[in-house]
This record gives sequence, structure tokens and C-alpha cells, in this order.
Amino acid sequence: MYPALSIVFFTTASGAGFSLLLLVGIGAPLGLLPQSGWFGFVALVVAIALAGAGLGSSVFHLGRPERAWRAFSQWRSSWLSREGVLALLTFLPTSIFGVGWVFFGAIRGFIGLCGVIAAVLAAGTIYCTGMIYASLKPVHQWHNGWVVPGYFALGLMSGLLTLGFIIRFWVLRATGLALFTVAMVMIAWWIKERYWLFVDTTSARSTVASATALGSRGRVRTLETPHTQENYLLKEMGFKIARKHARRLRQIARLAGFVVPALGSLAAAIAAGAPGIVLAGIALASAALGLIIERWLFFAEAKHTVSLYYGADAV
Amino acid sequence: MTSVPAQLPAQTKLGLVIDLDICVGCHACATACKEWNTGGHSAPLPDFDPYGESAWGVWFNRIHSFEEGEGEGARTVHFPKSCLHCEEPACVTVCPTGASYKRAEDGIVLVNADICIGCKLCSWACPYGAREFDEDAGVMKKCTLCIDRIYNDHLPEQDRQPACVMVCPVNARHFGDLGDPDSDVSRLVAERRGRDLMPELGYKPVNKYLPPRPGRMAPAVPLAANIPRAETSSGDKLLRWIDRMLSR
Amino acid sequence: MSSQQSDAFGPRKPAEQSFFERLNAYFSPREIVDTSPRVSDEVRYTTCYMCACRCGIKVHLKNGNIRYIEGNRDHPVNRGVICGKGASGIMQQHSPAKLSKPLRRIGERGSGEFREIEWDEALATAVDWLSAIRSSDPKKLAFFTGRDQSQSLTGYWAAQFGTPNFAAHGGFCSVNMAAAGMYTLGGSFWEFGEPDWEHTRLLMMFGVAEDHDSNPIKIGLSELRKRGAKFVSVNPVRTGYSAIADEWIAIRPGTDGLFVLALIHELLAADSIDLDYLVRYTNAAWLVIQAPGASDDGLFARNEAGEPLVLEASGSLANAASTDVTVRIVGDARLPDGRRAVPVFQLVAERYLDPSYAPEAVAETCGVSAETIRRLAAEMAEVAFEAAIELPVAWTDWAGRRHETMRGRPVALHAMRGISAHSNGFQTCRALHVLQMLLGTVDVPGGWRYKSPHPKPAPPGPKPAGKPEQVAAGKPLPGIPLGYPMSPEDLIIDGDGRPARIDKAFSWEAPLAAHGMMQMVIANAAKGDPYPIDTLFMYMTNMAWNSAMNTAETIRMLTAKDPATGEYRIPKIIYADAYYSETVAYADLILPDTTYLERWDCISLLDRPIGGADGPADSIRQPIIVPDRDVRPFQDVLIEIGARLGLPGFSTPEGEPRYPGGYPDYIVNHERRPGVGPLAGWRGLRGDQPGRGAPNPDQLQRYVANGCFWKYALPADQLYFKHANKAYLETAVTMGLIDSPQPIVMQLYVEPLQSFRLAAQGHGSIVPPAEHRERIETYFDPLPFWYMPFEEARIDRDAFPLHAVTQRPMQMYHSWHSQNAWLRQIIGYNHLVVNRITGHALGLKDDDWAWVTSHHGRVRVPIRLMDGVNRDTVWTWNAIGKRAGAWDLAPNAPESRKGFLLNHLISELLPADGGYSYANADPITGQAAWYDLRVRIERVAPVEAGTTAPSFAPLRSLPSFRPPPAILRYGADQRRGGAS
Ligand SMILES: Nc1nc2c(c(=O)[nH]1)N[C@H]1C(S)=C(S)[C@@H](COP(=O)(O)OP(=O)(O)OC[C@H]3O[C@@H](n4cnc5c(=O)[nH]c(N)nc54)[C@H](O)[C@@H]3O)O[C@H]1N2
Ligand SMILES: Nc1nc2c(c(=O)[nH]1)N[C@H]1C(S)=C(S)[C@@H](COP(=O)(O)OP(=O)(O)OC[C@H]3O[C@@H](n4cnc5c(=O)[nH]c(N)nc54)[C@H](O)[C@@H]3O)O[C@H]1N2
Ligand code: SF4
Ligand code: SF4
Ligand code: SF4
Ligand code: SF4
Ligand code: SF4
Ligand SMILES: [Mo]
Repeated sequence: MYPALSIVFFTTASGAGFSLLLLVGIGAPLGLLPQSGWFGFVALVVAIALAGAGLGSSVFHLGRPERAWRAFSQWRSSWLSREGVLALLTFLPTSIFGVGWVFFGAIRGFIGLCGVIAAVLAAGTIYCTGMIYASLKPVHQWHNGWVVPGYFALGLMSGLLTLGFIIRFWVLRATGLALFTVAMVMIAWWIKERYWLFVDTTSARSTVASATALGSRGRVRTLETPHTQENYLLKEMGFKIARKHARRLRQIARLAGFVVPALGSLAAAIAAGAPGIVLAGIALASAALGLIIERWLFFAEAKHTVSLYYGADAV
Repeated sequence: MTSVPAQLPAQTKLGLVIDLDICVGCHACATACKEWNTGGHSAPLPDFDPYGESAWGVWFNRIHSFEEGEGEGARTVHFPKSCLHCEEPACVTVCPTGASYKRAEDGIVLVNADICIGCKLCSWACPYGAREFDEDAGVMKKCTLCIDRIYNDHLPEQDRQPACVMVCPVNARHFGDLGDPDSDVSRLVAERRGRDLMPELGYKPVNKYLPPRPGRMAPAVPLAANIPRAETSSGDKLLRWIDRMLSR
Repeated sequence: MSSQQSDAFGPRKPAEQSFFERLNAYFSPREIVDTSPRVSDEVRYTTCYMCACRCGIKVHLKNGNIRYIEGNRDHPVNRGVICGKGASGIMQQHSPAKLSKPLRRIGERGSGEFREIEWDEALATAVDWLSAIRSSDPKKLAFFTGRDQSQSLTGYWAAQFGTPNFAAHGGFCSVNMAAAGMYTLGGSFWEFGEPDWEHTRLLMMFGVAEDHDSNPIKIGLSELRKRGAKFVSVNPVRTGYSAIADEWIAIRPGTDGLFVLALIHELLAADSIDLDYLVRYTNAAWLVIQAPGASDDGLFARNEAGEPLVLEASGSLANAASTDVTVRIVGDARLPDGRRAVPVFQLVAERYLDPSYAPEAVAETCGVSAETIRRLAAEMAEVAFEAAIELPVAWTDWAGRRHETMRGRPVALHAMRGISAHSNGFQTCRALHVLQMLLGTVDVPGGWRYKSPHPKPAPPGPKPAGKPEQVAAGKPLPGIPLGYPMSPEDLIIDGDGRPARIDKAFSWEAPLAAHGMMQMVIANAAKGDPYPIDTLFMYMTNMAWNSAMNTAETIRMLTAKDPATGEYRIPKIIYADAYYSETVAYADLILPDTTYLERWDCISLLDRPIGGADGPADSIRQPIIVPDRDVRPFQDVLIEIGARLGLPGFSTPEGEPRYPGGYPDYIVNHERRPGVGPLAGWRGLRGDQPGRGAPNPDQLQRYVANGCFWKYALPADQLYFKHANKAYLETAVTMGLIDSPQPIVMQLYVEPLQSFRLAAQGHGSIVPPAEHRERIETYFDPLPFWYMPFEEARIDRDAFPLHAVTQRPMQMYHSWHSQNAWLRQIIGYNHLVVNRITGHALGLKDDDWAWVTSHHGRVRVPIRLMDGVNRDTVWTWNAIGKRAGAWDLAPNAPESRKGFLLNHLISELLPADGGYSYANADPITGQAAWYDLRVRIERVAPVEAGTTAPSFAPLRSLPSFRPPPAILRYGADQRRGGAS
């Protein structure tokens, strides 16, 4: 699949944003986070900005952005529509929660409930984003059990890293959060490795033979494609990445997305003050880079069944 | 209310039956489709960089060629492909706007270009590559099963068929109601064991493909066994004709 | 089904809708589908010319634009279907490469620098140049026309002008098929005959990828397969038609003759032949003089009246035309002078029963196993003799005998350029015809059938005009410069036996070059061999590119100058094209033509008509669209130039134009013979005379009213045995198709060939110069034989181990469809396709690049591997490669960066053999031997990959060309409502 940067950015940013919202929405009412209105303000603004930028960039990706509002209608069947609806709905309790917290200092009761509701909706949104991909049967690398957990884990990881960085401006140490983050990074890493193992060792049931209903005489191979120049289908779904290239990018993703954030968070767990801020910042920035690469690979390594009609034997 | 209309008993399922046994890969159905549809319901079907390095355009029907088997036993198979008007079309259910829809009355899958937002998700959801993005208008387009021909009162009855079916010089394309077991197309499918593409995905395509028939080698009765072979020694090989008297 | 409007979610009334439904309807309103839009404002009928198949089309016009082009269901050629090209006619009409004004060259030839001129100047220039030639030496004009079907006009014009140097494209196309057929059957494969699609039980097709009969063949194959008849394709490549064959015979190129003769061997050995048919309809029983060394050796024994003789059962001789005799087909006859003569059949049997034609003996050469050959022969015999069919239709033969049924042997053969484009193609095609005759399957139910206006006498009458004594200043020739020589007396040579035509057709190099040798014109003219010319006038042929052999050299020849005078070796070039083809840049004067939708045209029985086996037919084109450019139909221009030159056929004795109304005037009023004109339909003043009759002023209107075609359906009793069918022969005479109702006797043994051979042995007054004798003696065998194609025979076969051939892609017509925005998306460049096993051995895989080298040159190409191709053969699609800048394509278009021509590898001359270089052609007909090419391939280093070579400097864009659109939105105006 063609890794459109707008979509790569959208899924990573909105994953981080909604996860942050989830963490803050639950963590603050439960008293696990600084209760400062300023903290609430910054955390929520960052969350909303990330989620919003992600959504914005996905709108930017549309052929007719001015009609984006129509996308809320098909929540009964469409994960994309559901994602849109939930994302939008999330902003309602989030606003109440934010206003209550920032301006009225209220964080429990109804306001707290709104935080929890926002967190639930944010979780739902992340789930929908995952499901947009996981529901697509033509893409074996997406249509599997590792995609939704992956979205969650990577989202939570990036949310935690973001939170871990912000929180440093209010607390001296955040050992618990940092350790929790390390754990989350390790979980996310494990899921991603399992995902990679899965995509490396399995392929779709569909083959060029099933795609053409041929094969009774033996192997089926493409002889000529319909057109000699590329068409939409190839540009969009025929994207190919060399194995070697993918392997190198995975190493970078591993290093930047998991190793550095884990080590950074671990170090940050002990560190305090400015070094803590720097370490958490490094962990976050590195993770952002790693996740962008990871997400780019998530698209680039995904093979659509349509490529069976354009020379692929299996997908 | 569901996004794909519920299947009624005796549901009309209009679609195509494509005979891989006889398709010669001439591309007539591809260009006739382009020609009809560029001025039809989904007009236009634009072409980009048409006289340049990487010309490409919107086509609803494309012809692939495959080889099946090895060596001289291999068979070249020409393989036209357009929308299969699936019964379980995820291209419809994934659509966030409802622009992509399946008609209840005949099962035709269409895109309402007036509300499509161009998110391209339906093209990802279609396993068959049957959706075509019009980059110029920013909307998705696709085979309409020539909805503006098949019911068209301005056309004579016999012309109320998809353009690709009308044009095929070897009659490799058939149009009809695959929901009606007694229709010509359903009979053809039954008789020739028509097949689904990627049945494992569960989209239940309405269009069917008739597989190539095995070649018919001779009822190999060697000639010599039929008719006694004359002497082949050079001297008298003509003898058997010497007494043949023939009149004009 | 009725017209209706669509509802995405099932039919429910708004009142019953829930809140959600209504909300949803707001976000996602149902589409209102207009299922019954008005299709067009007007439908006009005409004839397609996206290729020479000439299908009937209906052009739908809406808002002044072409909405849609579709097939005409009533049309005899295509019965409603059209092909991929035909359906892309809109984009041909909208090609940015259309010429728009007459042009005069200002820069060097080939620079593409032109000045736009007015038609007055263009015509005056042409007339100026041509009248100077005509009044001094008319043969200094070489007039060569390509793809079109106005050959009866252009040939007539050339004859009126007085130049022998006229030909159309047949010489580089398929004259082997035409000549072999016309000398043998009086009809031929190509587009002049067709299998009996309805009844045949076994079709064997040799070397056909697409053919001129694109749609009829496809329709026919479909019917045939539906009936369960068997279809065998003999072709080194398995694509297109071969892809749907029941059996594919992956023959090695150039060996079909041997393969067919082995089938004949088998059939003869088993006596599975139709002797009655042979005796009745062929010259099998005619006696051939056996007197080695004598001047009439190998000629037919004839009586005083010149009639051939046969041997009666009683042992006496009889006139071969008599019907009341019983004849022998084997046995010695004594002629009155005591010499020996034997029946043709005896010669046939003796030759082909020879063990050298046994399947085992040929299998390796042909690449077909002996077992397969034997089985196929058995199948043919079985179908012909065990499954003979009988139609319950009574008919009367030429001798007045009534037959209650029509009996057929349902084996049909069809063949085209895979046979003809070899230097042994004439004899190979003859072998096919001999096979047909032995099986008794010519023009019988289930067999191969003549398409009207065939059969003609074999060979047909007219001989080529243009002998040196017939060419004189200011005088027309006594006939058309193309025809069928019967003996050396008919050659177009000078007193020393040297060629008298610029292309050397009808010379000892190619005595039966019935269509001329267009492929040699530029090379010969540039060399001044046999003589220099003044003006090369070309029409509708891309001679500087894909119809040239040795393209790069051809381009050099067109620009070569005489160092002494500084003048071009070909001093003047006039060219009529409709588009900016590669050749335009090499002309001095361009006459821009209209497109096929903008002019009157005539597909005439005098030419390459659209008749079928079921009767004669012809058709017209009518202007559908008014040109938006300053262009004129070429035929109008030619007629006007003819009038201005005072050619007798085009001007009155008073010097007035004979056809002031241009081509439509000519179509209606020209008479070639009394009552016979370009169109056969609705002749006579009342329009009630088919075929022959006085000109009818309403003729064109009658055609238009009938969908632009005319078809005469022969009655059932005239549909078969046309060569011997009394009623048919009489109809044909009445219609002016043939001159006399004599039966047409098929020529198993072709006597005219022997007359050339005798001349080579030194007999007669006209004998070949010594250097040509052996060649003539060898190849002018009156019975078909096989020889190794010349290139293969002369090169080092180990150094060039592979055969290389091209195929017609079904969706492109030669060079002229790369300008078509839709078609060029389908094929923007071509690959060289290599057998997978062969390719692996050479270390090749898909999309690698390789050098392909012949004895003559090399080309760099992208590679594709395929199983369905003979192991010793590589192939590619024809004419996809383009010169950069031509056709108004971007200079980096894939057509020129990756697309390639094999033509660069094909030499127009054979490797010299003992000093003399013959044309790379069939020795009998001069047919260009495109498919004799032998090559080797080597993978290129990755640094060299990605672009083709040789490549040429881009052609300059013409002054009238505007930058092409970045996006084409054809049809956007048709969208109802428009996007919200
Ligand atoms: N390697 C290889 N070479 C081959 C062959 C092969 O098989 N292999 N095949 C050979 C054969 S059989 C043939 S017939 C030749 C064909 O070769 P050409 O005769 O050169 O045929 P085209 O390329 O079709 O060129 C026809 C020209 O006519 C122009 N034209 C098109 N429409 C019109 C019109 O309406 N009016 C006018 N005035 N001009 C028009 C086109 O623009 C083009 O320039 O190629 C030969 N060359
Ligand atoms: N779409 C389309 N139609 C066309 C044309 C076009 O350019 N495009 N051109 C028109 C013209 S001018 C012509 S002449 C006709 C030609 O029509 P075809 O006769 O169909 O011409 P080719 O494409 O040259 O096909 C030759 C076939 O012979 C095979 N072949 C080559 N060598 C041998 C051999 O030695 N033995 C056998 N058995 N087979 C062999 C090749 O693989 C190929 O399949 O088509 C006409 N129709
Ligand atoms: S073929 Fe593709 S576009 Fe057509 S209905 Fe099925 S899934 Fe949808
Ligand atoms: S591109 Fe258009 S039709 Fe396709 S899913 Fe998006 S909105 Fe629906
Ligand atoms: S049914 Fe109509 S729209 Fe669909 S492929 Fe055929 S011609 Fe094109
Ligand atoms: S028109 Fe018919 S034969 Fe030609 S490609 Fe289409 S389906 Fe095949
Ligand atoms: S075969 Fe195609 S291009 Fe040729 S005349 Fe017929 S429709 Fe036109
Ligand atoms: Mo040709």
C-alpha cells in the first residue's frame, strides 16, 4: 500500500493524542496526575492538538475535503465513519472536563466523569482506527489479530511518553509513570515483533490462482498487465518495498521506537529535574521518529490482493 | 437499515459472465467501456498526462493476460476485469459517507459522486481492484454496469446491455440476472461451472468467470489404422492409382 | 426491465422513515440515477477506418461532439461489434498530432522545419513539379501509397500519369499470399477468402495474429468454438487467437512449408485425398510434358488450339475442358510427337511420397513431433472423409449437370503473414493450397471459401503495364502498373534484362511481384539504381519508420545528398498524411489529409472490397464531422492535381476537370469499364442494377440511406463451388466481376512458374541474365517445395541462434495509434518476449534489458519471459516504438524511450552472396521477408538498462501544435447536474 505521509502522520499523531486523552481522562480524576489547572490545560491542549492535527491531516488526504462532514453518517457499518463520530464525540466530554478542570479546578464528580467518558471515547476512537485497517480483508498484513492491539499499545506508549515528558514540568520525579512507560514500550515492542513475525511468516489465502480462478493446468503467472504505464490501482495499492530496505527500516524503528524510548524512560525514572526533562524528551522524540517509520512500514509492507493481478504470486 | 440492502428471496442480481475460454484479449470491451462511460453516468473518465511520459486514466474495465501451466502445455489466458458487483461488498460497508452503495433492486454497486469525499477507503476494501479514483474530480468512480444503458428507453431493446457486452467480438461477455436460476447467464454458469474470484474472501461476487476448457486433442486414430497404407517402396507407390478412372 | 430511479436502501416512503433514516438522508442523500438519458442528438452511419477491416459504424453525435461510436448490427463485416481501436475513434479525432495546414519544408530535410502554406501554393507546387516530370520522363515520378483502400484510384492516376513506378503496400505486406492464391486458386487467403465459419469442423490457422479481417475472424472463431469444432493454431507464439485454440502447434518460424508437405505426404500415403474433386476442379489430370532439356519441358501438353490435354482411360488424349471423358491421374501418355507426358497428379504423388517428406524427416526442422504431424493428418482425413457434410441444396455445375446436394469436406485452412513474411512464403502458401485441393476443401461447405469478387481465373487476367516502350512523355500507360505476369514476356525490364521499375518489381529479382516492392523504393531511389528519380510521392505510409527495413539507414537515405551537386539524392518528396508521423519530417511538401470521419471514401470492388463468401459488398465513408483545420481529403487533391496536369482520366479533352465535384463525383461517375465503376450498388439510372449499370446520380444517397454499405446476397445455390457453379459464374459475369462464365480451374501445378524456369534454362527470347539463372531455376518450381529462408541459410546460425518475429497487437494499428490517448495507455512500449527456458539459460528475467543483435545491427530492449513461445523464437509487438517527438508525443514518452522497432535489425538486402545483393525478399514475388530475421540476445549491464537504442534526435514540433492538455476530460459536458 502506498504510504501516504498524511495518513502515516494521521494515524501516529491521533494515536498519541487520543491515548494521552485517555490517560489524562482517567489518571486525573483518579488523582494519579498533578491536579494543577495548568497541567490540565497543557496536557489536554497537547492531546487535542495531536488528535486534531491527525484528523486534519486525514481530511487533507481526501479528494473532496469540503465534504468531510458527510463522513459521520455511516457509523453503522463503516469503521472510518465510527472513528470520525467517536473522535468528534470525544471532544464533547473532553471540553467539559477541560473547562471544569482548567477554569474551575474541578476534577471529580461530574467533571471527573466527563474525563472518564472522554477516556472511554478516546479508547473507542483508537480501536476504530485500528479496525479501519484490521477490517480490510484484501490486505493480509492488516487483516489480522495483531493490528488492533498494536494500535492500542503503540498509541498508549506514545501517549505515556508524551505524558511523561509534560509531567516533568510539574513534578520532579515521575518514577512510577516512567516505569509504567518502560513496561508499555516493552509490551508494544513485543506486539510489534509478533506482528512482524506474523507478516514475515504468513501470507494471505488468496493467491494469483484464486484471484483468477485459474490454476488447473499449473502455475499462474502474469504475462501482460492491462496497461504498460502505472494506473491508480498500482500507484495506490501496488506499492512495493524491497525486503532489504524494509529490514533496515525495521532496525531503525526498533532502535528509535523502542530501545531508545525504553532506555530513556528508564533513565528518566531515576533522573530528576532538567535531566529528567531532557531524557523524557529524548525518549519521546525518538519514539516519534520510530513510530513514524513503523507506521510508514505498516503501509509500505502491506500487500493488497490487487497486486495478484499485477505480477504477485501471493500477498 | 443496513448499508448493504438485505437480500430478498429471488433477489435480482445483475452482473456479467466472462468466458475465459474464448476471450482473445482484444481490449475492445475496455475501450468501449471507456468510450461509453466517459460521457455516461460517471462522466468524465479523465486521462492524465495523456500525451506524455506517464499517461494514465480512469478505466472501468481492464484486460490482463496470464499464463497457466508450463512449457508447451501452458495456456495463455486473457482476463478482463471490472467490478464484480459483489453481494457482500466491503467497498460499500467501509464507505463513511454512503456514497458507495448497492442498489436493492438489482444489486448494482455504484458511487454517488456528489457526496463521495474521495477517502479511497473503498478502493482499499475492494480485493479486485475494481475502483478507480478520479484525481481530477477527487471522487471515486467505478463500473456502473452501464446503468445508463441497461434501462435506457432511448435505446432499442437489444441495445440495452452494457457497452462491453455489446462490443465483444467473440461474445465472451454475457449480461443478465444471476439471481434468477433460469436466466441464460445462470444456465451458462451452471453448465460451464462458472467460478468466483477469490471466494475465500467472502465478497460473493455476482460476476462469474467461465474457466478455459481443456484443449481437444484428436480422437487419435492413426491414419494408417483407418485406411491401409499403400506400398511405400518407390517403384510401385503410384500403382494403386493407376487404375483409378475418374470422370469430370 | 423498466426505467426507474435508484434507492440505495430499498424502497420506503419518507413518512415511514425513522429519525436516523432522515438524518442519514441529510448526510448521505440518495443518488438520483438517470437510467434513461438521451444518448444522442443524431446518429450517422459510416465505415470505420481505425484499421483496414472496414467495419460499419454508427457515430452518435451529441451537443456537436461525438458521444459514442458503436458497431452497425446490420453490417456484413462486423455485425454490430467493433474492436478496441474502433471504439477509440473519438481519441483519433481528437489527436493533437493532426496536421492542420499544407506545409513546405524550409530547414534541412528531417529537421522538421516547415512553413505553413495555402492550398493554392501547395497545389501549384505539386502541379509544377509533376508536370515537368510528365512532360519529360514520367517514370521519374515514384508514387507509392500505403494503408488505404483507394488503390483503384491511385493506380489509375499513376497509369494516367504514365509512370510504371506505382505500388501500394502489398509488396511489404502479404503479396506472397495474394500471388500464391491468385496463381493457384484465383482467390487467396488474406482478406480474399474465409473459412466457412458456420460449417467447418476443423480449422487450421497458420501464422495469424490479427489479420485484416479482425472482427470477422473473431466472430467466426467464437461461432466455431461454440459449435464444438476444433481449432488448431500453427504459430510460434501463443497469444490472441492462438490462446483460444484447442491445439497450439509451436512451429519453428519459416518451416511451415515442410510441415504442410509432410501432412500431404501422410494423406497421399494413406490415399486420403479427394480424387474426384481433384479431377473435376483442378488441373490434376492435365498432362505435363516430360522432355528434359526441351523448351517446352514441364509445360502442359496442349492441342493446336492451345487447350490443355488429359489422358483418357482408353489411352487417348482429350481436351481437358471436356466433361464427357473418363481420365487417368497416373500413367504415361504419348503425345502426337511421340514424347512422354504425365498427369499433374502423378508428379504430385511422386514428389510428396518421397521419404524426405515423411513426418520423421521433417520433425526436427519444424520443431513439431512426427507423432503430432501424423495425428493431425489423421484428424484432417477423418474430418474430411468420415465427417463430410452434405447441404440439401441443389446446384448446377458449369457443364450444366445438376447436383442434388452440396457436399463438403469441413476442413478449413487460413493463413497470413506468418507464412507470407518469409522468403519461402510463396511456395509455402502454395503448399497450403495444394493441401486444400487434395482434401477437396476449396469453396465447399465447411471448407475455405472465396470472398466475392473472387474467384477470378487463376491467374487473373491483367498483366502489369509499364514496360519501357509503354512509358512516354505526356502519355498514359495502357494499363495499371500492377498485375500478374504469365511468362518472361510480361516482365517490366529493359532490353538487357535490367529492372525498369524503381522498386525492381517484375524484374528477374522478383518476377511475380504482383503488388510491387514498396520496401525497396527509398533504397533504390537513393542509389539511383536502376535509375534516379525526381519526385517520390507517398500517401498514407510511414516509410521513414515502421514500414522501412533498416530504418536508421532509410532515414539517412532520405536525407542523403549528391556530393557533386549538393542536391538531395531523392530531389523532391511529396507526402500526404493526416497526422504528424515520422515520415512527415522528411517531405518537402506536405498535403494534410482529413480523418476518416471527415471525408467521403469508397471501399470498392475494384480494390480491396468488403465482400464475403456469401456475396459481393462494398461501402463508403461519409463526412460526419467538419474539419476544424485547413485540410483536404487526399482523393480530392489527387483528382484536382490530375485535372490540372491534364491527365486524360481526370480532365476533359477541353481541359476542364472531369470530376469537378471531387472524389464523390468520381465515385459516382467514373467508369472503369462500361457500367462498372467504383461502387457496385444501386447502379443504373433508377438504382436497380447491382454490379453493372450506368452511373446513378443518387448512388451515394442510396448508400447513406442503407448505412453506407451495399451487399448483394447470393442465393443459396450460388454459395459454394463458385469456381464451377454455373449460376454463380453467370451472376458474376452480369455483375462485371469476371469476364466469362468459364469454370475456374485450380492450379495444382502452376505452369507460368515453369515458363520462367525454362527461360532460366536458356529457352525463349527473354532469358534472365546469367547471374539470376540459378536462382530462377531453383525457386520457380511449379510444384511447391520447401527451402530454408534466405537469411537463415546465409548467416552463421550458431552466432544468431534465434528467430525474431513481430505480431500485430489487436488494439493498435501499425504506427498510427500511439497518438491515441486511450490506446497508448494500453501499450506505451513493447518488450522482447523470450521463451522462459531459453531466457533462463541466457540469465534473463522479466524486465531485464538486453541487446538483440542481427547480422545487420543491434537494438536494446526490455525483456519478458513467456512459456507459450517456440524455444528458438523471440517476438515483440509491431510498430510500438516511436521516434521521439513524432505524433506530438512528449519527447520522453515511453514509445520512444523504451519502445523499439525490430526493423533496425532487418536489412533490406540479403547478406551478399557472390557479389550480388538481392532484396531480402521472396525470390518469386518480392515479398519483404520480415520474419526471416535471426538474432542473438545478451543481457546488458545495469548501467545501460532503462532506455532503448538506437535512439534519434527528437523531431521538432510543428508550428500549429499547441502544448497538449495535462488532463483530458472528454465527456465532462455530458454529466448531468454536475458535481455538487
Ligand atoms: N518489423 C516489422 N515491420 C513491418 C511489419 C511487420 O510485421 N514487422 N509489417 C509490414 C506491413 S504488413 C505493413 S502493411 C507495413 C505498414 O506500414 P505503413 O504503411 O507505414 O503503415 P502505418 O504505420 O499504418 O502508416 C500509415 C500512415 O498513414 C497515416 N494515416 C493514417 N490515417 C490516415 C488518413 O486518413 N489519411 C492519410 N493521408 N494518412 C493517414 C498515418 O499517420 C501513418 O503515417 O508495415 C510493415 N512493417
Ligand atoms: N490490430 C491490428 N490489425 C491489423 C494490423 C495492425 O497493425 N493492427 N495490420 C494489418 C496488416 S497491414 C496486416 S498485413 C495484417 C497482418 O495480420 P497477421 O497475419 O495476423 O500479421 P502478424 O501480426 O504479422 O502475424 C503473424 C503471425 O504469424 C506468426 N508467425 C511468424 N512467423 C511464423 C511462421 O514461420 N510460421 C507460422 N505458422 N507463424 C509465424 C507470428 O507469431 C504472428 O502471430 O493485419 C492487419 N490488421
Ligand atoms: S468488485 Fe470491488 S468494487 Fe465491485 S462490488 Fe466487489 S468489492 Fe465492490
Ligand atoms: S472514496 Fe468515496 S465512495 Fe469510496 S469510501 Fe470514500 S467516500 Fe465512499
Ligand atoms: S458494464 Fe459498463 S461500466 Fe461496467 S465494465 Fe462493462 S462497459 Fe464498463
Ligand atoms: S472484448 Fe471480449 S475478447 Fe476482447 S478483451 Fe473483452 S472480453 Fe476479451
Ligand atoms: S476492426 Fe476495429 S478498427 Fe478495424 S475497422 Fe473494424 S472496428 Fe474499425
Ligand atoms: Mo500489411
